Amino acid sequence: MARPELLRNFRSDLLYRFLTSPFILVTTAVAGLLIVAALLAPWIAPQNPFDPSALDLMNSMIPPMWQDGGDARFLLGTDDQGRDLLSAILYGARTSIVVGFIAVGVAVVVGVTLGLIAGYRGGVVDVLIMRIVDVQMTFPAIMVALLVDGISRSLLPRDQHDRLALFVIILALSLSIWPQVARTVRASTMVEKSREYVQAVRVMGRPPVVILFRHIMPNVLGPVLVIATINLGVAVLGEATLSFLGVGMPATQPSLGTLIRIGNNYLFSGERWIVLFPGLTLALLVMSVNLFGDWLRDALDPKLR
Amino acid sequence: MTTPQTAAPLLTIRDLTVEFPGRFETFTAVRDVDLEIRRGDILGLVGESGAGKSTIGSAVMGLIDAPGRLASGRIELDGQRIDNLPPEAMRKIRGKRVSMIFQDPLTSLNPLYTIEKQLVETIRVHSRLGAAEARRRAVALLEDVGIRDADRRIGQYPHQFSGGMRQRVVIALVLATDPELIIADEPTTALDVSVQAQILQLIRRLASERDVGVLLVTHDMGVIAETTTRVAVMYRGRVVETGKTRQIIEAPRHEYTRSLLGAVPRADLKLERFPRVDFIEGSGQAPAVDFDIRTHWLGKGGGARGATDPGKPLLEMSGVGMRFVTRHSILPSARRYFDAVQDFNLSIGDGEVVGLVGESGSGKSTVARVLAGLYRPSSGRVTFAGKPLVDAAGHSAPMALRQQIQMIFQDPYSSLNPRMRVDQIVGEPLIQYRLASDAAERARIVADLLDLVGLGTAAGRKYPHEFSGGQRQRISIARALASRPRLLICDEPTSALDVSIQAQILNLLKDLQEWLGLTMLFISHDLPVVRQMCDRIAVMRNGQICEVSPADRLFTAPADAYTRELLDLMPSLHAPA
Repeated sequence: MARPELLRNFRSDLLYRFLTSPFILVTTAVAGLLIVAALLAPWIAPQNPFDPSALDLMNSMIPPMWQDGGDARFLLGTDDQGRDLLSAILYGARTSIVVGFIAVGVAVVVGVTLGLIAGYRGGVVDVLIMRIVDVQMTFPAIMVALLVDGISRSLLPRDQHDRLALFVIILALSLSIWPQVARTVRASTMVEKSREYVQAVRVMGRPPVVILFRHIMPNVLGPVLVIATINLGVAVLGEATLSFLGVGMPATQPSLGTLIRIGNNYLFSGERWIVLFPGLTLALLVMSVNLFGDWLRDALDPKLR
Repeated sequence: MTTPQTAAPLLTIRDLTVEFPGRFETFTAVRDVDLEIRRGDILGLVGESGAGKSTIGSAVMGLIDAPGRLASGRIELDGQRIDNLPPEAMRKIRGKRVSMIFQDPLTSLNPLYTIEKQLVETIRVHSRLGAAEARRRAVALLEDVGIRDADRRIGQYPHQFSGGMRQRVVIALVLATDPELIIADEPTTALDVSVQAQILQLIRRLASERDVGVLLVTHDMGVIAETTTRVAVMYRGRVVETGKTRQIIEAPRHEYTRSLLGAVPRADLKLERFPRVDFIEGSGQAPAVDFDIRTHWLGKGGGARGATDPGKPLLEMSGVGMRFVTRHSILPSARRYFDAVQDFNLSIGDGEVVGLVGESGSGKSTVARVLAGLYRPSSGRVTFAGKPLVDAAGHSAPMALRQQIQMIFQDPYSSLNPRMRVDQIVGEPLIQYRLASDAAERARIVADLLDLVGLGTAAGRKYPHEFSGGQRQRISIARALASRPRLLICDEPTSALDVSIQAQILNLLKDLQEWLGLTMLFISHDLPVVRQMCDRIAVMRNGQICEVSPADRLFTAPADAYTRELLDLMPSLHAPA
């Protein structure tokens, strides 16, 4: 009895619309499959690409198994170091997805909190937070990331930097995503603030923290959910871009971006599979996540019903 | 034009049934409805929201959107069947022969175009007049609907007109095509009483002068009595009674019509309770009759209760002013202000119900908000139970005093947090003021409060969206009671509700007031409602009080000219039509 209640509260039509649209079912299945496979990489990948003892340089540059000279052990072929490409993709996607989720998570927490405060308090606090948002928004995400990366490189010794590379990327990506969240939440908060249920709890004398997080926050999270989903794709892409440019993950910790960068060197010498499969995986992942976010936005928008 | 009434009716609706197939079941909005309108006639279609009134209007216009469909029946305009016409043919009838006036005049005009552009374009689409000729016609139409200085005002944009004037423009727009039938869907609901009277008069005049038929959809029996020649009463998709307006109002045959008429607040007589509201759907279960304040939870903890000197008023507002900055500037001389309330003095005795009336924008709600602690007044001070509550200097009252003043809001759809369960909503004051020792006791008190307002204990486990407007207002009342207040501020608690639901809520408030000895400030723009509720009434205009009188005296012998004007404009069931 509790479950249907719960579902009804969470937009009664959402599940129905989800189950009746084949398009979104396929999209979600693709995204879900990629994410699950990536997260399970250590257990399902045929080979551990980080384990030097498993690698054999003799196996380098083997084409996918259906091509001439293919090897049944390496389904999608191998790269220049003899790593199994399928395993590398799974491990790489894992890094990309983890970076994406954490970066978006941090951005959402920061953005929602600051947006709520700005929208509810108004006045000087609002002006201050929103100007920071404005300034932040004038920098393209890549530039922010390059900046953060550059600073961290100059401050940290090289071995430290490699270890912290993951956090640097997450910081850079969160920095470029949170302003969007803050802006949206601020706008919705200003609308909710004037509604009578908020006034009712104010008359009751509830402290602002309770009003903000218990009353207003659940009512402004709808759009945030959508922004978060769409930005998950953006973050994955951002991480790949940075790694491709060589300022992201070090080559010893492959992500989809580093794999594409390696493959790029062999693009014209015939070993196209090294760039093709990581690229396809990235495209599929970002596209399916974005389509899901798009659908979620439309499904939650009462005007489009 | 004084054509004799033609024998054949202008609009005939026979056995009309409209269905909306849904995900779980098919909803029948209108069932087997028969109606007739003759030229020059105004047929009123009255009923609660959800009774299917507007659906009939849309069906006549051919505007029932898929998946809705006319399941059976026929609609004839001047003898010609129109319900099965192809869309293109229907489009030609719509606007040309049948036109519609909507509830909200702001949304039915395009804000980006001048009135001239909208009117002239409509005229030219439907007739072959030249630009200059069409403009002359437009100006004449505006004059006809009572817009002075029409030649100049035609060049203005919709936002430059007041609500009533805008509705006149909409009517002019409707008349531009010389329709035979006008469907008016709640044309005055969004307007103030004073403006409503003028618009209704205009519709009446136009119907007889131009010999058009009018279908007037409304939930307001007063509007029906003032305007229409015939009435059809709708209840749950069916027409339960049709007849001449006089006859239906004076001798209603159907039980539902009687209860609807009984629910209309009367200005001429104060009733103990509204009669016969039980017939109306969703009246809930009867509240506990064996209520005893001495043993009930609501009567406990009365340390503060009755602590006032009986000779002194419970609440006293003296010289209260509320000023808003309308233009901010660093330079004080460049700032602009708006005084929503000026020099406001009012005292309310313990257990007294005081009404505050006035048109929209008169500052009524601002007073409520100052009292509730939402605004800090810019001048004056308020004392409650002999202690200072708020003043301009920024002194604010301790929690224990705040607890004793609670508020019921106007809009039942926005006053409850949609993400919280009803028992959480009602239980929140108990947490804030630590009125329950543990969760079990809190649950018990909440259940008891829900029972008291007639919702039943089971309501606590649901979410607000599962309730109707009237039921939501009951939740709101339960939440206010949970603080054990002494003063209850009701800010237009029933203006968003149907008349019949309003009667139930007012009855509930009266019961609670009697049982608990509550002091109330009852804010409304509706004079008859205030009369039914209040001992004393204060009339407000432009942020100031015009008159404070005992309720009876205000209605029989108003002292202020503005009060008299307001009284004259009230629509009444018993006015000569």
